[in-house]
Amino acid sequence: MSSPTIDTRPIISVRDLVTGFGGQTVLRGLDLDVRTGEILGVVGGSGAGKSVLLRSIIGLVHKTAGSVRVLDVDADATSEAEWRLVERRWGVLFQGGALFSSLTARENIQFPMRQFLDMPEDLMDDLAMIKLELVGLSAKDANKYPSELSGGMTKRVALARALALDPEIVFLDEPTSGLDPIAAGDFDVLIRTLQHTLGITVFMVTHDLDSLAVACDRIAALAEGKIVAEGPMETLLNSEHPWVKAYFGGRRARANGREAHTNPQDGL
Amino acid sequence: MIRAERVAGGLFLTTHPSITTSTASDGLKVTASGTWTIAYAGELEALVEHVPAAERAAIDVGAVDRLDTFGAWLLERLLRKSRDGGGSAELTRVPERFNELLHEVGGANRQPAPEPERRTGVVAWIERIGEGSIAFFIELYYLTGLFGALMMAAGRAIVRPRLSRLTSIVHHLDRVGFQAIGIIVLITFLIGAIVSQQGIFNFRRFGAEDYVVNLLGILVLREIGVLLVAIMVAGRSGSSYTAELGSMKMREEIDALHTMGVDPADVLVLPRVTALVIAMPILTFIGSMSAMVGGGIVAWFYGGMSPEIFISRLRDAVSMHDFWIGIIKAPVMALIIGIVACAEGMRVKGSAESLGLQTTASVVKSIFMVIVLDGIFAMFFSMIGW
Repeated sequence: MSSPTIDTRPIISVRDLVTGFGGQTVLRGLDLDVRTGEILGVVGGSGAGKSVLLRSIIGLVHKTAGSVRVLDVDADATSEAEWRLVERRWGVLFQGGALFSSLTARENIQFPMRQFLDMPEDLMDDLAMIKLELVGLSAKDANKYPSELSGGMTKRVALARALALDPEIVFLDEPTSGLDPIAAGDFDVLIRTLQHTLGITVFMVTHDLDSLAVACDRIAALAEGKIVAEGPMETLLNSEHPWVKAYFGGRRARANGREAHTNPQDGL
Repeated sequence: MIRAERVAGGLFLTTHPSITTSTASDGLKVTASGTWTIAYAGELEALVEHVPAAERAAIDVGAVDRLDTFGAWLLERLLRKSRDGGGSAELTRVPERFNELLHEVGGANRQPAPEPERRTGVVAWIERIGEGSIAFFIELYYLTGLFGALMMAAGRAIVRPRLSRLTSIVHHLDRVGFQAIGIIVLITFLIGAIVSQQGIFNFRRFGAEDYVVNLLGILVLREIGVLLVAIMVAGRSGSSYTAELGSMKMREEIDALHTMGVDPADVLVLPRVTALVIAMPILTFIGSMSAMVGGGIVAWFYGGMSPEIFISRLRDAVSMHDFWIGIIKAPVMALIIGIVACAEGMRVKGSAESLGLQTTASVVKSIFMVIVLDGIFAMFFSMIGW
């Protein structure tokens, strides 16, 4: 949604978030702000709690302590009905797509519209086609079932479904995992384009260093249950935290490795 | 018209969308204003419907404060309404920030969306009959194929006993055998009691209530015991076999087995079917005894026949043949239930719906086949004079 006013208040604000499962604490007093209109990438090692953070924000995981405010609504202080309205203003892309296997691509995209809006069939068809074209698919894919879609197409249809109600925030859980580098690169560009065209805020959990570099405005690094570094790429590259150093140091090492590769005298 | 609206707790400046139209010398003038987003879906759609088609139209969007893909598409629809009739239409005073979105949506839906294939009429009806018949033979092919694979697996396990999955068999024996005893005892007890009560009630008119023992003994041992147990095993264990194998199929676990050079018939089907073949006769025996006890208790309290008399009459009424007929049928029925359940599980495709369909098909088919088989057995035993 294009808004003429520049909003300085964070669209998502997480304070002192503690989340754990059966005696094991995953997030220990985490603070994080997401600004309106930005693409924020969250990185962290496997099991560091990136997905748990995302699920805590959207309310799929019960938090032990702390507060989560989304679109200026406090998840704990509001009524169930009001929170439902907030939920309609975001879209979520799950890691595996989570498309409904008994519905076609078009029906998957129309599902939220059918659920929440009273709209004639032909208008819904038009809108579903627009969303499909926005994510780079064509009309011939509309009547395919999820089992007939490739991994990349599944992610695209799932993104189209997340965009069905023109949300203000889109949550992406590892959007490029399982895609080949070319498809992953296309997806990064797609997210950038959509963010620009539709003016959405994107909260993205990822492992993909290229995604971070291409798509994200800001990066937050998650380790030891907290955000240990936050800011644009340069800030993280200069971070002193050992995990962040190892993560982004590995990126430098990899880049160096590529250079060495092109120079046969250096060997490996 | 501007007002601060509470949308889900947050305060947002939104204005109701509106359209005014006026006819000027150079065509229709349409002025759009307000918030053109999906939040006003119903209102916007009604507004756009009422704009007449015109040769030439200019749509002023300078007063639109918010726009999303929904609003952009409605504007595009307005434009196409004029253009499709051969006229011209354009947007005027477009705010800079909407350009990208309008461009993106403007290119959409140029080709008509393909209709999903639908078949109607007599030809479709005949086609469905044909497909059904072919499906029947494919089904038969699958079942015999799996039966063959199972026999091969059994052969391999006999030749090299090290390969037989004893732990797995015992595990499944516990699940489909031991854990099923409670419910089977309960149901057969009740059915035995009901048969006995009905027998006494109706035979009493002829003064022949003593013959309830013959009725109960023969009916339970030959037919009811094994049929009831088979139906319950199909519903309880057959369905869980199908669901297990089906979800393994969905998550590519079965493909993984294939790629390791392991035949799923060896590790998945054989232990399950073996467990069922061992468990069914035992469950049939337990079920028959339980039905007899239920019938005996009703005969005692309702018919006034003491347990001693009941047992001695039962001894005269039934022969070992009756007992064996029931027990012999049990492993064959178990084999059918196991094969049908595993075959249906293997035929699950990617979707959750298909898992549900195959599980239903598994239970319905195995019960049907068990009853047909029971009829064949009845003809066979009467031919050999048992």
